[in-house]
Amino acid sequence: MGKTIAEKIISSHAGRDVKPNDITVVDVDVVMAQDGTGPLAVSQLKKMGFDKVKNPAKSIFFIDHASPSPRKELSNSHTVLREYAGNAGMVLSEVGEGVCHQILVESFVSPGDIVIGADSHTCTSGALGAFATGMGSTDIAVGFALAKTWLMVPPTIKVNFNNALAKGVYAKDLIIHLIGKITAEGATYKALEFSGSRSSKMSIEDRFTISNMAVEAGAKAGIFESDEVTKEYLNSIGRAALYKKIFADDDAVYEDIIDIDCSELEPMISKPHTVDNVSPVSMMEKVKVNQVLIGTCTNGRLSDLKIAADILKGRKVASGVRLLVVPASRKIYLDALESGIIKTLIESGAVVESPGCGPCVGVHQGALADNEVCLSTQNRNFKGRMGNPDSFIYLSSPATAAYSAVKGYIADVREIL
Amino acid sequence: MDKKEVIKSSILEGKSFKFGDDISTDLIAPGRYFHLRSNMPELAKHVLEDADPEFAGKVRKGDFVVAGRNFGLGSSREHAPTIIKMAGVGAVLAKSFARIFFRNSINIGLPVLICDTDRIDDQDNLEIDLGKGIIRNLAKGTELKFSPLPDVMIKLLNDGGLVEHITKNKGFNL
Ligand code: SF4
Repeated sequence: MGKTIAEKIISSHAGRDVKPNDITVVDVDVVMAQDGTGPLAVSQLKKMGFDKVKNPAKSIFFIDHASPSPRKELSNSHTVLREYAGNAGMVLSEVGEGVCHQILVESFVSPGDIVIGADSHTCTSGALGAFATGMGSTDIAVGFALAKTWLMVPPTIKVNFNNALAKGVYAKDLIIHLIGKITAEGATYKALEFSGSRSSKMSIEDRFTISNMAVEAGAKAGIFESDEVTKEYLNSIGRAALYKKIFADDDAVYEDIIDIDCSELEPMISKPHTVDNVSPVSMMEKVKVNQVLIGTCTNGRLSDLKIAADILKGRKVASGVRLLVVPASRKIYLDALESGIIKTLIESGAVVESPGCGPCVGVHQGALADNEVCLSTQNRNFKGRMGNPDSFIYLSSPATAAYSAVKGYIADVREIL
Repeated sequence: MDKKEVIKSSILEGKSFKFGDDISTDLIAPGRYFHLRSNMPELAKHVLEDADPEFAGKVRKGDFVVAGRNFGLGSSREHAPTIIKMAGVGAVLAKSFARIFFRNSINIGLPVLICDTDRIDDQDNLEIDLGKGIIRNLAKGTELKFSPLPDVMIKLLNDGGLVEHITKNKGFNL
């Protein structure tokens, strides 16, 4: 019987053939925590008596969630990470380097890897043909210590994205549509495997956006095969030697197969307070926005910033709207500076923040006031997510976000394309 | 992993606190208290605050959180089940759980039980026999079963959590 990508990768790390619902201990290649989850991992490591980690070169602490730190408690947590990483010889990704999931794909993850991270969006790395999943601090502490974890082998749902995208429709719209269709728990305990004629043509950045949000459908992983697009990407960042073709067998067994005709979709919005509360933009009432955020591990990449800049060129952010832009990594920030994207954004009225999570998780750099509305390119819109339970978060693509910043309300970008 | 594991026999008793569907980790441990993650007793004073601002003040040791579908969806923050446990909650009962929250709860020794929570109302007195897998609703005189946990999770729970399991066995022994 053939295997899905998840089954192949887990088998190769378990040293035996596994099938869905088997429980197995596996070797892990990359382990990480961020500044919100890392300090608890450190205290668990200490409780277990580990002052060293098994594979320091692939054990990483990221300072990205409260970065730079807005208050002393968080500064002290950063010190905990710096000290432990220093003593254990681990990698420390400092203030200003960027969001963990972006740095992971830029510098640490290879096709075929198992990646575990104390952050739910660790599934982003699945776009490179890796099995990548989020866990809590204690699991990750054990992962650091032993370079092992236990996994239940997930059944896989195959999602075929077929045909060309309609005008104004982007990868973000596809994944929002999918989550609306299968719901926020439609893939709980399962792996999503993305395939179909569109997926094979999709850029790596679009794949990152889609894999990033797999967890919003409850999925354990969101995986693309690694192919020529992956190879070209690794080549472009000087990591060509790490390329490996990873694909599912033709006779792999899927729990379900979902076909999506991309040509039929329009720009999509997730409405408060759940990601699966989805509406096509044409069905939206006129929702006034106070803040627009373009960035995060979902949509803070160069292509996202370029799409936004192309829309904002020669236009101004509406009065009464704050447009915040957060490049996902230092490399993206530099590339966006060199290509003039940042200048265009600032001229339109945007505020550009240093690479990191920005206001996504409600810690700093853009908390909302009571009754305010934010349209964001991030991945979740739960009540209170951006620091205020009495505010409202809508989610969209960078194109919809940029155009809405100009109009002052959630608007249909196809009007100007 | 051949022998069928059972949760070490223990009986829990308390009142139910009822919540709805989709209780996210943002509702349980809000991001605006991010800086309190290094001070869990303080963070625990805000447990479930955005779902029910009064909950932290009302819950007593041994009480139960009883919810609908997809409890704990969202972030990987283990602080969410940790502060539920620190608030004295004996177990969380829901129709379904998000994956990471479920795993985190077992790792820290908080029982998470899947059952038909429509049959439990707010403030019902419950008695839960973890070993037998039975929830007795004393207020209604009814009984319901919860779905058995995977053996691996029962082992971890019986050891008192993942840290204790690893320390005892000097590695995984699942
Ligand atoms: S950008 Fe937002 S979703 Fe992504 S890792 Fe940071 S806080 Fe989490």
